[in-house]
Amino acid sequence: MADLSIAIDDPAARTARRRYAINRTIIYGLLLLFSAVYLLPLAVVVMNSFRPLPEIAQHGLINFPRTIQFSAWIDAWSTYCINGTCEGMKRNFFNSLYMTIPATIISTFLGALNGYILSKWRFPGSEFLFTCMLLGVFIPGQIALLPWAYLLGQLGLQNSVQGLVLVHVIQGLSFTTLFCRNFYVSIPDDLIKAARIDGAGFWRIFRKIVLPISPPILIVTVIWQFTGIWNEFLFGVVLTSGREQPITAALVALAASETNVRNYDVMSAGVLIGALPPLLIY
Amino acid sequence: MTLEADDGEFIALVGPSGCGKSTLLNMIAGLETVTSGEIYIGDRLVNSVPPKDRDIAMVFQSYALYPTMSVRENITFGMESRGVPKAEQNAAVDRVAAFLQIEPLLKRKPGQLSGGQRQRVAMGRALVRDPKLFLFDEPLSNLDAKLRVDMRTEIKKLHAKVGKTTVYVTHDQVEAMTLASRIAVMYRGELQQFDRPHNVYSRPANLFVAGFMGSPSMNFLPGKTEPSGIRLESGDLLATPVPSGASENVILGLRPEHIHRADAETLARRPNSARVTAAVEVVEPTGAETIVVMRLGQQEIVGRFAPDMAPSVDETVELALDMDHACLFDPTTERLL
Repeated sequence: MADLSIAIDDPAARTARRRYAINRTIIYGLLLLFSAVYLLPLAVVVMNSFRPLPEIAQHGLINFPRTIQFSAWIDAWSTYCINGTCEGMKRNFFNSLYMTIPATIISTFLGALNGYILSKWRFPGSEFLFTCMLLGVFIPGQIALLPWAYLLGQLGLQNSVQGLVLVHVIQGLSFTTLFCRNFYVSIPDDLIKAARIDGAGFWRIFRKIVLPISPPILIVTVIWQFTGIWNEFLFGVVLTSGREQPITAALVALAASETNVRNYDVMSAGVLIGALPPLLIY
Repeated sequence: MTLEADDGEFIALVGPSGCGKSTLLNMIAGLETVTSGEIYIGDRLVNSVPPKDRDIAMVFQSYALYPTMSVRENITFGMESRGVPKAEQNAAVDRVAAFLQIEPLLKRKPGQLSGGQRQRVAMGRALVRDPKLFLFDEPLSNLDAKLRVDMRTEIKKLHAKVGKTTVYVTHDQVEAMTLASRIAVMYRGELQQFDRPHNVYSRPANLFVAGFMGSPSMNFLPGKTEPSGIRLESGDLLATPVPSGASENVILGLRPEHIHRADAETLARRPNSARVTAAVEVVEPTGAETIVVMRLGQQEIVGRFAPDMAPSVDETVELALDMDHACLFDPTTERLL
């Protein structure tokens, strides 16, 4: 076919080819431009985290590094003073990890279980229950803020990572249930029937048949939950303080704790430390 | 409805979609709860027995093979659930795989199998259990036409070898006719007829069964009873004994294969034939036989002819309607007279 179009030197075909090439150039040019616009802030932050502070002050915030230093990363990680304690963001980083990993695993597991029940073991009122859970998707977290503060206080989990785990598990349940339920609806019911006749019970069917088909939706749920919980700020800043805060709250404290000089290098490194885990999850 | 299958029988539940045949099968399997009535398997009332304890095996329309498991794991899943020892499991898999000739497939996943192979594996999964009762839920409807005919024969062979009681749901009346020892025709949740295939075909209990079984379906000719026979709307009088219970109006049912050309030989062989004249409208050769649509007065009738006997379009043919095989129905009750 390629031979045919070359052999015939048709002027109309030549114009069409030229027009196609021009169109492609414009499209790719625009795409490149937009990706540059989106990537520029990240590039600035990455570069600043390696530039010494005097250099930033002298040559401006947006510039290429002339000398490279790593001390800002070390400072931000372990020695920088936030809210009066000078341990860097190490502790807050691990707070976030200890909060995000269990909360992601538990909420994903419960979501899968809920979805399995609501799609394959329907009972009278299960559709109503699902609708109620679905409402949770639309309710903003701010509404639940005060009840949570009260509840955690009653449970003795105030100002603790465990308290935040509980909050994020419950807050995330609507989404994880919705994701998993809608995925499991597409699994043929015959599969479950066949397994029941084969003598498998509720848990065995879940473990041996439903979970092995689930990776596509579990991956989506884990990414969604992990990035959502890691980046969450409001519950972290309200329900915990100081050394117990997750990294998002600590970052804001870091930016706010400055009195005279703005340490752009340390701030840049801190932001990047805080942004790395969600990037790695992807 | 009341249905009873003898030991080793092959029962076909047949009917149009939505007639309740799959629901009935699911109730036998224990997958749907029975609100009223009783189901026995053997001498045991199983209404409240869970599916796994009913000693049944089921083959599904979609095959329902576990997609993440290999064929071997699919077959052993049930035994594993019941805690059958490994050695026994392997022996059972080998036996069934040899029986169904699926040994080369044991390591594959269902996604790597063709439709016919999946079908075999699904049957293997049922066979390995050695149950009291086999349930089939439209097992052939996902296969292409040629494979369906092959698998139909396979199922029949299988049943002959295994000899287990089987309940087979299908909407395909040909499958029901070819496989079953008895057919249960269902319509709108009610049992219409439960009888041997020959009887269901030649003496259908009512108009629904008559129209549902057989393709092309039975010709229905409205007519009035007279002392010597039935007067059709076309004016033709068909000489036939009229049963005593018949009211004035009747519907005469005649299958396409009982319409012949009225030549001397046919008339000699079938003395109870009634002669009519009809105009040919459409001729549909299928190869083995030719389907001919004709007009008898205002009424369309369909006949089935040997290709060399088939008339051509616009021809007017003398027909012999074989009254020995005619069925008479009451138009109000729709029942066979």
